[in-house]
Amino acid sequence: MGQIHVMREGYLPPREPPQRHLISIGDLEREDVERLLSTAASFSRSLEREVKKLPTLRGRTIVNVFYESSTRTSSSFELAAKRLSADTMSIKAAGSSVDKGESLKDTALTLGAYDPDVIVIRHPQIGAPHLVARYTDARVVNAGDGKHQHPTQALLDLYTIREEFGRIEGVHVAIVGDVLHSRVARSNAQALALMGAKVTLVGPPPLIPRGIEALGCEVSYDIGAIADSDVIYVLRMQRERMAEGANYVPSLREYTARWGVTPERVRPGQKVMHPGPMNRGVEIDPRVADAADALIETQVRAGLVVRMAVLYDLLTTGPVPVEAPEPLEVA
Amino acid sequence: MLHGKAGQAPGDDLVVRGARVLDAAERLDAVLDVRVDNGVVSQLGEALDANGHRVIDGEGLVLAPAFVDPHVHLRVPGGEDEETIASGTAAAAAGGYCAILAMPNTDPVVDSSSVLGSLIEDARTEAAIPVGFLAAITRGQEGSELTEMVELAEQGAAGFTDDGRPVVAPALMRRALQYHGITGRRLALHCEEPTLSKGGQMHEGAVSAELGFTGYPSVAESVMVERDLSLAAYEEAQLHLLHLSARESVDALRAARAKGVAATAEVTPHHLCLTDDAVRSLDSNLKMNPPLRSAADRYALIDGLKDGTIGSVATDHAPHARHEKEVPFEAAPFGVTGLETAFAALYTHLVEPGLVPLETVLERMSTGPARAYGLDEPRIAVGAPANLVLLDTQRAWRVEEDGFRSRSANSWLLGQTLRGRPTLTVAAGNVAFQA
Repeated sequence: MGQIHVMREGYLPPREPPQRHLISIGDLEREDVERLLSTAASFSRSLEREVKKLPTLRGRTIVNVFYESSTRTSSSFELAAKRLSADTMSIKAAGSSVDKGESLKDTALTLGAYDPDVIVIRHPQIGAPHLVARYTDARVVNAGDGKHQHPTQALLDLYTIREEFGRIEGVHVAIVGDVLHSRVARSNAQALALMGAKVTLVGPPPLIPRGIEALGCEVSYDIGAIADSDVIYVLRMQRERMAEGANYVPSLREYTARWGVTPERVRPGQKVMHPGPMNRGVEIDPRVADAADALIETQVRAGLVVRMAVLYDLLTTGPVPVEAPEPLEVA
Repeated sequence: MLHGKAGQAPGDDLVVRGARVLDAAERLDAVLDVRVDNGVVSQLGEALDANGHRVIDGEGLVLAPAFVDPHVHLRVPGGEDEETIASGTAAAAAGGYCAILAMPNTDPVVDSSSVLGSLIEDARTEAAIPVGFLAAITRGQEGSELTEMVELAEQGAAGFTDDGRPVVAPALMRRALQYHGITGRRLALHCEEPTLSKGGQMHEGAVSAELGFTGYPSVAESVMVERDLSLAAYEEAQLHLLHLSARESVDALRAARAKGVAATAEVTPHHLCLTDDAVRSLDSNLKMNPPLRSAADRYALIDGLKDGTIGSVATDHAPHARHEKEVPFEAAPFGVTGLETAFAALYTHLVEPGLVPLETVLERMSTGPARAYGLDEPRIAVGAPANLVLLDTQRAWRVEEDGFRSRSANSWLLGQTLRGRPTLTVAAGNVAFQA
């Protein structure tokens, strides 16, 4: 596979720059993240205006291809593209030629024939976005590939933390739960470490992958380790990925008793985040989810502006304007 | 045990002039001429009389006993779009091999005399170099009933293996160790504890943790290696361990051999040259079973190769159709090709950096595997059948997708520039390849 250069300006050779993609947090430098977050902040201000639509990406085509079910990610990408006036097309695997056994390569070639500017893809297999990047000329945004990466989730979480604390550096985030099966945990641990936050992964030993410390985080099997953190980031207990008889934990009951985030385990002022969808009463107590210190709805709102920023960044090469672009004139 | 065209045609006559002749087993390392008459080495010396024979200039090149690959997937019957006896043996000849052993995990499995018989028949007309066929240990490689090993051996099976799958049940493994001895052939074992490797895509470690792949831990191999060595020790049986990948496996094998267990083993060029770090590229041509492991595992394999614990290099040449590998890593089948790149990979990645001496690599690619399976060892000696490879270790070449004689191009070396390429292969007295 040819090397894929991802949003790394310094990487660009003088002629014919390689296509820019957002596939993994590991491909970003700290300044890339800073730029994306400040672009997102400027879009956030623009969304406070009465007319929310911006002309920025008028005439551009953005294709969303979702091979896995998703509500918030697919809707937020679609709305982000619409807010920027891009033409969008959303394809779900069910009911498409994927159902007829078409290979991902052929789907990529077919979509590529429409010359889309961006393909946003969610796929259950690791490396699917790389494959699409290889067979199309479009910029590719990874909206989740198997257990690997979900970079826009990590960026929106960084945005949320920065909005709340005014900084990311030095903030202590405890990520709790099924790290093994979580692309969110991987992307977030990498992104937080990149920005200088302190990360502690907490969960039952079989659900913490061997060697994960290499991402620059600490590991604890004791729920007590969340006590010192500024943010408790609760992962969904991914029941759909728990193969029958795998015995990662003896039972959900024991999991909830031992690692569930309950009011008794949350200190006043400690912020709680969750990527959704939540299993209330399993990994998170409903009282915690609904408390004022939960940033869960803020995360959803951040998702829109961060995805706008990602699309904007990929489709423009110049520096990001400090002021938000002028709103589209509506006839 | 080997089958091919040999014996059907008269051997070739030739003289290789002025090459560095290297045969550790013959204690030979000198610039010499080697003359072959009617397929047999007839003379070694300086300025030999060509006697009208074809003369091949070997100046600046290395002449060594040709290679033996104990682990090749020829994909026949059933996978002729990926490889055939003709294409696989042509690829082997281009890689410097004078003999290869083919694995029985085909469709149908080589578990009966009818399947084995037709392969032997086809090899007589198609094989560019002699080829041996291993038969399955269990019917259909299903791990429940032993094959008729005595009959298969009498018919010409080169050994027995369920390669691609382990023999899961310890009691059946024990029966196979007891029974196969009377055939005089080797039992070759794919060591993998399937409940530990289940769903595994790559080595379990920091890289799999980062990428999110389900891990295939090294202990899935080593617990099976330890079990099989214990059973072999108990039964005083011989066995051959296929494609070792883990440090713990090498340690267990070294300890067992020291106690007198008659165990041999092989390692692939990719496990000797790469680590799991390479999988970060998500290139499906880096997906194989067993998987690429950590640097500590790689160095343990190199040490094992150097001290002779691991006596053989095996390519585990596993051709796959292009469309099968053009999918996300998780959906891709296990396996990479290797026949045409094995020596160059080892020369470039192990010999040139000074990790393993050239003599050791040559010995482990030729004498070692021949001895492990009880085949005639290729030798450069007067009176020996000519099994020779002439190697250019100077000129760099680039591994290109369209440069293979194999029907498949799923090589882990695509795009790499290597040194160390065979320019002439003589197999069983006949020139099988000339660049």
